[in-house]
Amino acid sequence: MNDLSNFFGPAVDWLAISPLLSLLAGALTLLLVGSLTGQWPWRLYAHLTALSAVIAIAISIRLWGDVGTNGARLLIGGALALDQFALFAAIAICLAIALVSYLTSDYLNREGVDLPEIYALYLTAGIGALVMIASNDLVVLFLGLETLGLSLYLLAASNRRQVSSQEAGLKYFILGGFASAFFLYGVALVYGVTGSTRLINLNAALTSYIPVPRNDAVLLIGIGMILIGFAFKVSLVPFQAWTPDVYQGAPTPTTAFVASVGKIAALVALVRVFVVAFPSRSDDWGTIVFVLSALTLVVGSVVAVVQTNVKRMLAYSSISHAGFILVGLEAASHRASANVDDGLVGVAVYVVLYAAMVVGTFGVVTVVTSDQANSDASGSASLDSFKGLAKSQPLLGLAMTVLLLAQAGMPLTSGFVAKFGVIQAAVAVGSYELAVIAMVCAVIAAFVYLRIMVSMWLADPSDSTTVKVPPLSRISIAVAVAVTLVTGFLPSLILDLGSNLAELASK
Amino acid sequence: MMALSLVPTASWYLVLSAVLFGIGTLGVLVRRNPLVMFMCIELMLNAVNLSFVALARELGDINGQTIVFFVMVVAAAEVVVGLGIIVSIMRNRSTLTADDLAGLKG
Repeated sequence: MNDLSNFFGPAVDWLAISPLLSLLAGALTLLLVGSLTGQWPWRLYAHLTALSAVIAIAISIRLWGDVGTNGARLLIGGALALDQFALFAAIAICLAIALVSYLTSDYLNREGVDLPEIYALYLTAGIGALVMIASNDLVVLFLGLETLGLSLYLLAASNRRQVSSQEAGLKYFILGGFASAFFLYGVALVYGVTGSTRLINLNAALTSYIPVPRNDAVLLIGIGMILIGFAFKVSLVPFQAWTPDVYQGAPTPTTAFVASVGKIAALVALVRVFVVAFPSRSDDWGTIVFVLSALTLVVGSVVAVVQTNVKRMLAYSSISHAGFILVGLEAASHRASANVDDGLVGVAVYVVLYAAMVVGTFGVVTVVTSDQANSDASGSASLDSFKGLAKSQPLLGLAMTVLLLAQAGMPLTSGFVAKFGVIQAAVAVGSYELAVIAMVCAVIAAFVYLRIMVSMWLADPSDSTTVKVPPLSRISIAVAVAVTLVTGFLPSLILDLGSNLAELASK
Repeated sequence: MMALSLVPTASWYLVLSAVLFGIGTLGVLVRRNPLVMFMCIELMLNAVNLSFVALARELGDINGQTIVFFVMVVAAAEVVVGLGIIVSIMRNRSTLTADDLAGLKG
């Protein structure tokens, strides 16, 4: 009867999952201790959040060296992968958590409600994101996706005084849940055809498997539905409808979080699933990714031009960034080419650099719109609030200029390194059409950033009140600008790290 | 005794699950009440559960059935979050349709 004595769980490599545990410890401390004690002084909520994230970064860097010497491997019975691709994205995510928590602290103190819940949600979202980027099993991936997603819906709806924030939260929730259901149905169909949800087993089953027409149709529908689920999450055109509304309606620091952590996690997971599990069908999904990427690039850049609200502009710009990252994935689908790995490296480098610039940009938007007079009824940032910023606050104006130039992909900023990486990967595998579309769209998108810059530098300030930059926001923005400039001037710093990025565990 | 030759096979359940999923999808797309849209999402998730169970049975593999428990937990968590958001909106207004939530556009 008692067979449980023979039951052994899978071996757990605790050190390898300690970045997750660090975030978890932070979240539990905030929730438990925070609810038992009164208001913490000295912005301790934000400091604790940032501390957990920094510890996670430190452990990830240590693991990075470990993976460098011992090679990539699987954890916990094959549920999670430990490789440099995941660690690289983990560092970006934890950096974004730390920077956003400082921005949020200033934002919440100004609103007079500095409470621990928001920070705890940042950390739980971070846990979901770290699970997603490392997941080697579609069901584990789904759990990470939901842990991240549920936290993000709450964060978007977190400003209960603003109707726009709640509207954003509900829209995000309905469409996010819709996308998750699609993703899960895709997983079910793929499971039905292959008999497994492990990425490594999927690849083995699909390469050894002789397709019957009927089953192959089911398999392709399954892969398609997984792709649709991801496309909603990373807001690829034509599944991007929620993005501008959520970015505009959510509290600005939260928008920074959704745009950085939410997007990076889903993109990295998307790339891992398709490269590890479905390489044998890369001709099929490569074409679809090509179309999605081209559409996303064009719509993201062109529609951004006609926006008047800075948060909406940045929402469309983040859509076009997702298009660029897909250029890397498309390059990784050309398995016949010798340079197929360039796409993976391009994606990894892009997401890390993108995290810093997007958090910094939204950080400046948070600071500028902090003055309630600057924001209109729905709590959003019109282009007018940036008028004359460079004259009233030269340093802040300069920081914003650097970050916008980086988003536009100017040389000597990190944006150039990132965009160059993916476009070079596309060229290296012979995907010239996509490379040309990407470059044209980069030029169109540059116009959007120029509009904000012209408003900052050439217009006169609309009113006499100067924007105040609170100390913690100053730290966040300074770190983001520093990352942007240092990697822009010395791209070898980050590119030299990238040599092993394409060594995915179980690939 | 003559057995009726209508023994349900796995494909019956798969078709049922696909139909349920379709109803859920259609509901999210056409219904305007957030609560009903939300129920349709739950219907979609449960349709997937049915698929998993049917496929696990067909493949003789226990994993598919285990997955269902994870999905149920996720669905329950989604209810908590979703109802929380909907209730907090309802506090500010008496009725709610998706068309009322059109303040953000551009």
